[in-house]
Amino acid sequence: MFRSAQSVVNVGRVSSLGQMSRVKGYGALLSKTDIPLNIPSAFITLCSNRCKESSNKEISKDLEGRPLYLDAQATTPLDPRVLDSMLPYLTSYYGNPHSRTHAYGWESEKAVEKARKQIADLIGSDPKEIIFTSGATESNNISVKGVARFYSRSKKHVITTQTEHKCVLDSCRALEGEGFEVTYLPVTKTGLVDMEQLEAAIRPDTSLVSIMSVNNEIGVKQPIAEIGKLCKSRKVFFHTDAAQAIGKIPINVQEMNIDLMSISGHKLYGPKGVGALYIRRRPRVRIEPLQSGGGQERGIRSGTVPTALAVGLGEACSISKREMKYDHQWMEKLSNHLLKRLESMPEVIRNGDVEHTYPGCLNLSFAFVEGESLLMALKDIALSSGSACTSASLEPSYVLRAIGADEDLAHSSIRFGFGRFTTMEEVEYTAQRVMKHVERLREMSPLWEMHQEGIDLKSIQWSQH
Amino acid sequence: MASLRNEVLRLYKSLLREGSKFSNYNFRMYALRKVRDEFKEHKLETDPKKIEAFLTFGKENLDVVKRQVMVANLYRTDNLVIERKTV
Repeated sequence: MFRSAQSVVNVGRVSSLGQMSRVKGYGALLSKTDIPLNIPSAFITLCSNRCKESSNKEISKDLEGRPLYLDAQATTPLDPRVLDSMLPYLTSYYGNPHSRTHAYGWESEKAVEKARKQIADLIGSDPKEIIFTSGATESNNISVKGVARFYSRSKKHVITTQTEHKCVLDSCRALEGEGFEVTYLPVTKTGLVDMEQLEAAIRPDTSLVSIMSVNNEIGVKQPIAEIGKLCKSRKVFFHTDAAQAIGKIPINVQEMNIDLMSISGHKLYGPKGVGALYIRRRPRVRIEPLQSGGGQERGIRSGTVPTALAVGLGEACSISKREMKYDHQWMEKLSNHLLKRLESMPEVIRNGDVEHTYPGCLNLSFAFVEGESLLMALKDIALSSGSACTSASLEPSYVLRAIGADEDLAHSSIRFGFGRFTTMEEVEYTAQRVMKHVERLREMSPLWEMHQEGIDLKSIQWSQH
Repeated sequence: MASLRNEVLRLYKSLLREGSKFSNYNFRMYALRKVRDEFKEHKLETDPKKIEAFLTFGKENLDVVKRQVMVANLYRTDNLVIERKTV
């Protein structure tokens, strides 16, 4: 079986287009390296006589060189200025910042405290309210579990939304196992929280509301200030996962009445493996720590603070504060350009709210094109169909399902993530490649053909077998 | 004033020259864009004190760029697909 498949491949490669159209099945597919291999087999016989030779030649040329990076929601590159601030603490200044008896400790402590102040300045808090953690996942765990458990005697209820990041949802699941009640609020078609629903969900025994600032998959900005105000008036603690928002949109914990906030280093051009947690001191938010140990970080997060990483996070915050407006304008420029180019195609649907959105994250569905196939075809661009955490599975994103996207559209979504270092040329290149491949994949799709003929696909009864 | 002007121009040219040495396409393009935009934004500044402050800030950044060009070029990678096209 293997050998025969191999020989078919060879035939496919050396033969002209006319011959190739006769080679049906797997071999014809393999001969065109740009065609994804996970297309259902029913499509293959249909597509083999439609593929144009032009796509064949170009790919071998394109695969030379590294892909462009357009996945800024998964992670961002380390800013050289951030690395420059970190390097001294990875080389010369190696003291433990908690050592109080010698100069090595003092110089590290000074650096960590400066970083703490830089973070505090960005979000308008007091440096004492900042706790260093290993990342937003840990910050979210500490907030959700820590607050709920501390107040568990009198309050047994937590509210969150269906579009939260996995680590918040999973922390809530863990709480449910401990006897807490969790309300998973649905979101509107555009991904926003319905304020009336939120207000109705708050009960006398609600201890915490946890709602993210900017969604990692669809870039929707929640009305954080309104939620904060509501929570304050109802005396419920408000936690927000701001991993995707910090340094990108203005956030002020005082003005927005945020009680707890998670920050991640590597989403704002800082190092991976570090994050921060803002915990309000007045009125005090109390937390049951998850980790036992030496009592560092006010006992909330024991363990030695990694000096270099903390310094990097601080510098990244300081740069973001200075350049937020500049970066934001650039994101708008890039995203408007890509949107304008791609919306020139028919049946391109934008997921998430158009108005309340962070422009650096653009989630588009290309109807009649399977997202995974498109990703495979776009090997020269690093893209994702959704969260990096779930990118290994072919399941459609739970965020897209929560905003009520149809199953087929949820399968055909691609997330474009821009960053400070993305160039206009990269966006234009991406637009051209996406348009080309969407057209090509649609040409192969019998569903697209039926749609062109005006058949309503939802009315068709597919036979089962 | 004239000497200050010369100093600013010298710094501008140095920053562009050093920034263009990044082997990484994205860092290089960002450095050039950022330097140009930053100088353009403040080109009408007349307050000598502010200009001095900008100069200090720019010089610090020039040192950062020089160091980071060295570090980044120690671990260089293949060119991006897009660079092959334009070259």
